[in-house]
Amino acid sequence: MSFLKNSELHTGGIIREAGNAHDYKTGDWRTFIPQFIEDNCIQCMFCWIYCPDDAIEIDTSGSKPVMKGIIADHCKGCGICAHECPPAKKGKSALVMVREEK
Amino acid sequence: MEQKLVALSGNEAVAYAFKQAHPHVASAFPITPQTEMMHKYAEFVANGETDTEIILVESEHSAMSAAVGSAAAGARTFTATSSAGFALMWEIVYITASLRLPICMALVNRALSGNINIHCDHSDSMGGRDAGWIQLFSENAQEAYDNAVMAWRIGEHKDVRLPVMVTYDGFIISHTADALRMLPDDVAYKFIGDYKPGYALLDVENPITVGPLDLTDYYFEHKADQIAAYAKAAEVVQSVSEEYGALTGRTYEFCEEYKLDDAEMVMVILGSSAGTAKDVIDEYRAKGVKVGLLKVRMFRPFPAAYIAEKLAGRKAVAVLDRSASFGGFGGPVFTEVRSAMYGRQVPVRGYIYGLGGRDFDLGQVAKVIEDLQKVAAGGKVEDVNLLGVRS
Repeated sequence: MSFLKNSELHTGGIIREAGNAHDYKTGDWRTFIPQFIEDNCIQCMFCWIYCPDDAIEIDTSGSKPVMKGIIADHCKGCGICAHECPPAKKGKSALVMVREEK
Repeated sequence: MEQKLVALSGNEAVAYAFKQAHPHVASAFPITPQTEMMHKYAEFVANGETDTEIILVESEHSAMSAAVGSAAAGARTFTATSSAGFALMWEIVYITASLRLPICMALVNRALSGNINIHCDHSDSMGGRDAGWIQLFSENAQEAYDNAVMAWRIGEHKDVRLPVMVTYDGFIISHTADALRMLPDDVAYKFIGDYKPGYALLDVENPITVGPLDLTDYYFEHKADQIAAYAKAAEVVQSVSEEYGALTGRTYEFCEEYKLDDAEMVMVILGSSAGTAKDVIDEYRAKGVKVGLLKVRMFRPFPAAYIAEKLAGRKAVAVLDRSASFGGFGGPVFTEVRSAMYGRQVPVRGYIYGLGGRDFDLGQVAKVIEDLQKVAAGGKVEDVNLLGVRS
């Protein structure tokens, strides 16, 4: 691992580069992971809004954002997305927590 | 420039000094003997004399936390507390300095519990001596006012960016009406200047992260950077004090010397007790005893080389601590002064006095001077002594 030089560090440990959480992979903490069932997704973006990290992958290239799935490197398995995901397709949600086992 | 002569308590004087800086935010919780200071400040706000936003909180831990949030957002911020209130701030006191947020605090010195006691000693300040704040001690309301004006310039200096604690003795200074000269508001503000934060959470064009997780990889480097900041801070305390002296005619250094030049024996003391000591020193001087005083104004950063230089070549030195370091070797000021004097061949003795507001009377000073004469003559006096306590 290479370190920043002392001269590159900011006073008080402040981080001045935005969006760097993306470089800090914390996905190995979890026990459960949300499973994305695309057919049940109504593209409400609740999961993206509620996710405390940036574990929801969104395609913003079109006129409307499109939910693409879970970024496992950043998902800690808190389950908030699955909790908030509305069961809009015949009572079925697009995100369901499953135990991650090998 | 006319500096109006006024009669104010120490608390009122500091409230005025803080108001003159036009802080954006104040966050505090009441505790004796600090309460009156915030009463006064709240009165300024209620009367429309300042537009400071006062955040009322439910504890000192919250007061300090709110102040950190405010300062990180980019606002000029102060808080004020005493004793147990300061102790409850503890965690955030360190964080303030670590994040290099130039918050000002009025710390009205009061004994720590228990047993519960509302009167003056320096246990609260001394408990926070390693937390990373600049600490300026005051002998009277004038010095408390002056330190409180200078504190902003020192802490907010671009090469310092550290919180500053202005301390003054509970009741003895905080609640006693004293005559002092104040700067006109516009002159004071011109001296203090506008606050230019180095970074601000509310600067949305330049997003930052404040206080992130900092583990084995970078924490030590950040601490090394902080350790290095205090030498620069001392330089800025010096330069700001000189500038203030030129403006007001009241000149401050790291320490004040009283009849020190030819003194063979020296007392080192902090805060209001210096006034008492000066009176007794005058009496002994009249009898031909060459005794003088070194009053420490800036305890943090500790001016070790400066103090060692001032005390070099003396026959005996007595360091008076208004706090105990339980289980330690004497009080904190004694420990540091004696350490700074290492290799100088000057005998240094420690005295712990005035705990819980015990009066520091003329007889106690006389006792110290008698001891100093004994030490200077090669006699035996214990390294650490208690002063003014029944045995």
